[in-house]
Amino acid sequence: MTDSTREHAPRDEDDSAPGDSGVAKGITSYLTGLGLAAQLTVASFTLAGTDFIYGPGLPTALAVLAMAQIGIHLVFFLHITTAPDNTNNVMALAFGIFIAFLIVGGSIWIMSHLNGNMMPMDHSMPM
Amino acid sequence: MLGKLSWDAIPWDQPIPLIAGGIVGLILLGVIAWIVVRGYLPYLWREWITSVDHKRIGVMYTLLGLVMLLRGFVDAIMMRSQQALAFQAGGYLPPEHYNQVFSAHGVIMIFFGAMPVVIGLMNFVVPLQLGIRDVAFPTLNSVSFWLTAAGALLVNISLVVGELARTGWLPYPPLSEVSYSPGVGPDYYVWALQISGIGTLMSGINLVTTILKMRAPGMGYFRMPMFCWAALTSNLLIVAAFPILTATLAMLTLDRYLGFHFFTNEAGGNMMMFENLIWAWDHPEVYILLLPALGIFSEVISCFSGKPLFGYRSMVLATLWICLNGFMTWLHHFFTMGAGPGVNTAFGISTALISVATGVKVFNYIFTMYGGTIRYTTPMLWAIGFLVAFVIGGMTGVLLAVPPADFQLHNSLFLVAHFHNVIIGSTVFGAFAGLTFWFPKAFGFKLDERWGQRAFWFTFAGLWATFLSLYMAGLLGMTRRMQHYDVPEWRPWVLLVRAGTVVIFLGVACQVIQLVVSIRNRHALRDETGEPWDGRSLEWSTASPPPVFNFAFMPNVENEEPYWTIKQRAVETQNLAQEPDYGPIHMPRNSPTGFIYAFFATFVVFAWRDKHEYEIPAEEVARLDRERRTARQAWLRESAVRLGESA
Repeated sequence: MTDSTREHAPRDEDDSAPGDSGVAKGITSYLTGLGLAAQLTVASFTLAGTDFIYGPGLPTALAVLAMAQIGIHLVFFLHITTAPDNTNNVMALAFGIFIAFLIVGGSIWIMSHLNGNMMPMDHSMPM
Repeated sequence: MLGKLSWDAIPWDQPIPLIAGGIVGLILLGVIAWIVVRGYLPYLWREWITSVDHKRIGVMYTLLGLVMLLRGFVDAIMMRSQQALAFQAGGYLPPEHYNQVFSAHGVIMIFFGAMPVVIGLMNFVVPLQLGIRDVAFPTLNSVSFWLTAAGALLVNISLVVGELARTGWLPYPPLSEVSYSPGVGPDYYVWALQISGIGTLMSGINLVTTILKMRAPGMGYFRMPMFCWAALTSNLLIVAAFPILTATLAMLTLDRYLGFHFFTNEAGGNMMMFENLIWAWDHPEVYILLLPALGIFSEVISCFSGKPLFGYRSMVLATLWICLNGFMTWLHHFFTMGAGPGVNTAFGISTALISVATGVKVFNYIFTMYGGTIRYTTPMLWAIGFLVAFVIGGMTGVLLAVPPADFQLHNSLFLVAHFHNVIIGSTVFGAFAGLTFWFPKAFGFKLDERWGQRAFWFTFAGLWATFLSLYMAGLLGMTRRMQHYDVPEWRPWVLLVRAGTVVIFLGVACQVIQLVVSIRNRHALRDETGEPWDGRSLEWSTASPPPVFNFAFMPNVENEEPYWTIKQRAVETQNLAQEPDYGPIHMPRNSPTGFIYAFFATFVVFAWRDKHEYEIPAEEVARLDRERRTARQAWLRESAVRLGESA
């Protein structure tokens, strides 16, 4: 798809696409991201495979590592920053997280109340 | 290779679809033959099918939508005729076919009627209102359109070849699972919607990017016309909601094809999850259709009242609130599913909250008209009709938002009456208002006023005859989708509904006549100045129809009503703005990518363009723009004479 009108449409100067600023810098950033992401992946598998931490704490630890992984992806691969030219991306991300939270959270809440209006049945079929 | 497809797929024993299909096929062949014989094919291919111009794509979207609205209306007439005949009798449609007809009616009206018209209008108008030359991704735009067209084609083919789903317009499991629907019906449904849904999603991304990243100099967010705000929120909803549809239908496909158990009753599946997910998509879908219509009414009411829109910022806030709140109400479609009072109350309240935002809008429309110089043109009539229909439909909506009331009315004709009252009253009226309003911009001549007003009055009267009767039948306990019934109390209302569809049919006929009459009288109805309605936003500052590059030079936006300011300045000084220095303009070249991609669903190399753009030389731009300026200068002189006379 071409985007030819873009050069003629007015736009502010610093409104460049992510990665526009030099190839070398871009590659360094991608490699850093890849390294960090790989380390986090290795860390998750190691924690799960060994008794390195207290067993019941494992899910929390994995969740923390997963969050960190999301952060790495956003910063190094999707180039989300706090710079002013990135406002749209940050807003889009916030909107996306909000909607995902609504749909996933809402679905879990609704589905767990599925039988709220049913007669209590002790001998009901196992679900 | 053809899988389940064989000669048995054609229903030889059913005369109705066969004859209908034959007639439509003949008409199509006739049109194609006429095009080929008259030598229009190369023109059609070069200028329309491969076009990446947002205006042409917008026109094609709208045309597809209008044809499909007619198709869906035929389904409606068939259903209501069946019900008129089927009192203690079998009627003329066998249940198998009747079930397909009501499913097709819903699918076609929403996905291939209302959606394309709304997307087409946004495609056409938004870049013009923003003062830019095209959308952000012109070729992607073409791909979106042709994917939607491919989906529409698939649904219509299923009328004759094979069958359409008999499940209603949303294929609830377990009815849509293989065990209860072994035929190809739900498969047609799933593929048609997946293909067109991806087209819609890409179109949404395209328009969001366009509005966020490409506006004329000086046009901040709070200087955008209300329709652009409506388009932005509507497309944000598309981007957020359509992936849910794609995922849900993909899960249903896996259930059907590969024996998965997402929505089955055994092996840990839960069919209620389908209801939950499909409505999580479909409730935002309602607002995807509603918001652009509200945007259109903002433009129309402000233009024909001769006043700026009342409470612009509160309108923006209300629009954004609907965008967010629209995502929090989906459970109200299945209050009766069994969730407890906690869940139902929460969603009942969130549903009722929507009406606060829509109420703000309705009051703003009324205050815009208050004290204005109202011209009762066809678009304005549709807008006023909308206010009446939307308030009444909205009030039955608030009634349905109360869970205990919903338990009585769920799946009754009262519900059917409610959503038809609201969708026709807002989206369809909005589409017609927008069509009449922007038709001169697209084609260079106005639509005939007399036939337009007749169309409005017939449609408006038919709406009440049909849907007030459906409310009554619903309150008497008649449920939706009945092939036949035995209750004598329902009979008069059902007959009244049938009579109402005849009145609406007269309205539809008036619209067709209006189009024919207008094309015949196009020279008398010609719009020379590019400004037939004394408009206020930027699309009226260019010629009608606009040149391929829309604007010869980029307009500079200084306030909320940029074109109104330019015009007032010209009238005061009796001079057009100084002629600018015209420069060459680069525009994207046309491409068959969209057409080929949609119909062969492969990424094709032979549709590739070596050059993506072409240049329109400065002299050409200057020539075209000087034509416009000449017409404007003449108009300015006339307006000076008029002013002198009135003074």
